[in-house]
Amino acid sequence: MPLVELLWWDGCPSHPEALADLQAALGELGLDPQAVKVVEVANEQEAERHGFIGSPTIRVDGRDVLPPEQDQPAGLTCRVYRLRDGRYSPTPDPQDLRTALARAISERT
Amino acid sequence: MPPINLPDTSGQRHDLDGSPATVIVFTCNHCPYALAWHERIADAARDYADRGVRFLCINPNDGERYPADSYEAMQRRVATEDWPMPYLHDADQSVARAYEAQTTPDLFVADSQGRLAYRGAPDSSHSDPSQNAAWLRAALDALLDGRAPDPAETEPVGCSVKWLA
Repeated sequence: MPLVELLWWDGCPSHPEALADLQAALGELGLDPQAVKVVEVANEQEAERHGFIGSPTIRVDGRDVLPPEQDQPAGLTCRVYRLRDGRYSPTPDPQDLRTALARAISERT
Repeated sequence: MPPINLPDTSGQRHDLDGSPATVIVFTCNHCPYALAWHERIADAARDYADRGVRFLCINPNDGERYPADSYEAMQRRVATEDWPMPYLHDADQSVARAYEAQTTPDLFVADSQGRLAYRGAPDSSHSDPSQNAAWLRAALDALLDGRAPDPAETEPVGCSVKWLA
């Protein structure tokens, strides 16, 4: 089982939805949904230490599964994702998340 | 409701002017919730303009720590989008503090006397465009019909206001 992490900050209310989507995606991929390591990023120092660019951030073995197109500075903020239809969203598109997780896990093996 | 006297992205100042209803929207550039709801709020501004309803968007965030919310970034955004309402800069956050704004977005609706008639979210789901700012529209319809909005308050949902350190 790869190390799957959800990093979050409480200034954004999106992490429960992100965690639910992540667990559902892991289940569909045949992985244990309960194995997600949930990491709260509480302050700017922790954001720097984790290289945290916003909440929620989902990583497999330390790599962002949906990295932004441009480099982002570490900090306490909410990430802006785009859904497949182009709308803004505080959480990744579930289909994009499944695809990215599957790719990250296959690259690992 | 507390007074407002803030500059928009062209430098023109705006205040509460006794319009039949005024919608004050604390919002910003960098928050996905604010972005997700923006078009619904803008559509409501267009739809209610001929009934005398004013919309004032206010960015209260610390633009130093969050450069996407700087005054210059606000100006760039308005220049490249179709905004039917002014976008005001609350540089010292005095207005946001007076309103006790919590999130972006966080909406306040004032009647013609400047009394609070509704406060909260535009509708029940940032992710469902078909909601079409239903709570906000219901509050405006009630106010313009001389009724008290019901509900008069909902829970604002979004990113925390980024207060100055």
